[in-house]
Amino acid sequence: MLKAINALLAILAGVGGGFALYLILNWLVERLPGRWEDRLKPYIFIGPAIVFVTAFLVYPALRTAYLSFFDDEGEKFVGLANYVELLSESDFLNALFNNLLWLIVVPAGVVIAGLIVAVLADQLGTRSENAVKSFIFLPMAISFVGASTIWRFVYAYQPEGRPQIGLLNAVWTLFGANPVAWIQIDTARLNSLLLMVIMIWLQTGFAMVLLSAAIKNVPVETLEAARIDGASDVQIFFQVVVPQIWSTVITVFVTVLILTLKIFDIIYVMTGGEFNTDVIGNRFITELINFNNDGRASAIVVMLLIAVIPVMVYQVRQFRQMEATR
Amino acid sequence: MTTATPPLAPHAERAPARPGAGKPRRGVGAVVVRLALLIMVLLWTIPTIGLLVTSGRNPEVVASSGWWTVLSSPLDFTQWTAENYDTVLNAQGMANAFLNSLVVTIPATVIPILVAAFAAYAFTYMRFPGRDFFFIVLVGLLVIPLQVAFIPLLQVFGTIGLVGTFPAVWLAHAAFGMPLAVYLLRNYMQGLPGEVIESAKVDGASHFVTFWRLIIPMSTPALAAYAIFQFLWVWNDLLVALIFLGPGENEVVTVNLSTLVGTLGSDWQLLTAAAFITMIVPMIVFLSLQRYFVRGLTAGSVKG
Repeated sequence: MLKAINALLAILAGVGGGFALYLILNWLVERLPGRWEDRLKPYIFIGPAIVFVTAFLVYPALRTAYLSFFDDEGEKFVGLANYVELLSESDFLNALFNNLLWLIVVPAGVVIAGLIVAVLADQLGTRSENAVKSFIFLPMAISFVGASTIWRFVYAYQPEGRPQIGLLNAVWTLFGANPVAWIQIDTARLNSLLLMVIMIWLQTGFAMVLLSAAIKNVPVETLEAARIDGASDVQIFFQVVVPQIWSTVITVFVTVLILTLKIFDIIYVMTGGEFNTDVIGNRFITELINFNNDGRASAIVVMLLIAVIPVMVYQVRQFRQMEATR
Repeated sequence: MTTATPPLAPHAERAPARPGAGKPRRGVGAVVVRLALLIMVLLWTIPTIGLLVTSGRNPEVVASSGWWTVLSSPLDFTQWTAENYDTVLNAQGMANAFLNSLVVTIPATVIPILVAAFAAYAFTYMRFPGRDFFFIVLVGLLVIPLQVAFIPLLQVFGTIGLVGTFPAVWLAHAAFGMPLAVYLLRNYMQGLPGEVIESAKVDGASHFVTFWRLIIPMSTPALAAYAIFQFLWVWNDLLVALIFLGPGENEVVTVNLSTLVGTLGSDWQLLTAAAFITMIVPMIVFLSLQRYFVRGLTAGSVKG
């Protein structure tokens, strides 16, 4: 009970603090002489947002880059040693390789699964279409940790002779095969692929919503015209529909790509990086929390940042184009 | 956090129905389509149903038979129990973590909305030097990996004694959600009718009054869409909570669950109950506000 009251008080304090800040700032500005008021007011309005991103994103990013050239305590300058060390360790290279696999498989898998649902459900009546989409969409509300628990249970393994309570092994043994400890099998990166399934399962709903909206915006005349010319459904899809929804496909792909680049929770919960499943997002946490090595952890972040820079440039460019056509 | 989609148009709902396209098919094609969709729907729901069923079963039956066996005897009440929830909530600290999640999530959702709404207003309706520069910086920051912030913030929070406290996560989440919030709200506000704001100015309303009385009420759909994103994002977050709160007295549900997965191993009846507790709030928020969520998604996309 006491805990609940404390919780309520904490919530009120957090929310109220934000409101108070604004009332005070605005009151101050309104006391200023007219000319100054007009000049300063915009900065009062954007000020807190800019302070937030500067203090919590821009400055830390620069500081992290700086720390990546120092030792584990951040005291002794070591040049490129952190990078050289990391890139010559087979464990880290392995994590990089796994990340690359994730980047290849997951965004493509999400786009394809999302497209399949969007296209097929479009052919149902409105009510069944919405029902189907809700089912596929629901996992979007589930956390990576929750989804990992759900799928850990699907992949659960009991030694031969005991009842298989994991769904996958139950189906697998139904066909007379021996039960398999799926998460430990790294042959052909099977376990990594099974972890990727979780991510695809979670993100397909997102892809479906965007792609479905795009498909419904394709003008009917273009479809009719192709049909009159004798095109088959498959031809219409690839030659008429796909080109018109391509920008949405790219958007979905890039969004999932960014999310996949930083993937951490699934590996942390499912394997902790064991059995050859490690990725750089998890590696970062291991260096930071388990080994307390700020230098190496920083170097890993900088590598992530470098991988993201092309996307940043792309985003800013897209935005400029959009503004120009507004 | 991708932004390459057009802004949320305030008054455009969905596209008008297209006669001819999307009409139900007949024959073999229709059967194949329905079958394929049925398989997808089953794949997307069965794992979650398994979780829910298992969380209500006795430990002995959970260990000795698959959860799907309840289908043959759902009314055999000896297999059902609420004890798993009791154990997880009280003995495993999930009740405490649940309260902590609320304490973390509500301010971490409200603060960035408030801050971003002011900024979005200024970016849309005020002219000042540096406006375009600041906005471009925010667009660039939409995709920055949050990990860049952790090490320096831990050092700063460490020296002022904020590590492990709620304000540390509120501030961190508010900042991490800020670029998307400003971006979404500004795009929405640009689509609002300009005449309303002009006439308010003519009537002598100050910016603060225009903002508070006119723009905020008119922007409700965008505010709601962002609020749902941020709420789901913060509630479901493991990374930020792990770094700034960690396991212990102030841990949130995701941190608690990830610890239980490590310690309880194969006590599936407990793990599934714990997982379900972490999922219940986002599910309710999501199902009741899905309309706003979808609108927000098609307008600006999610963050990562």
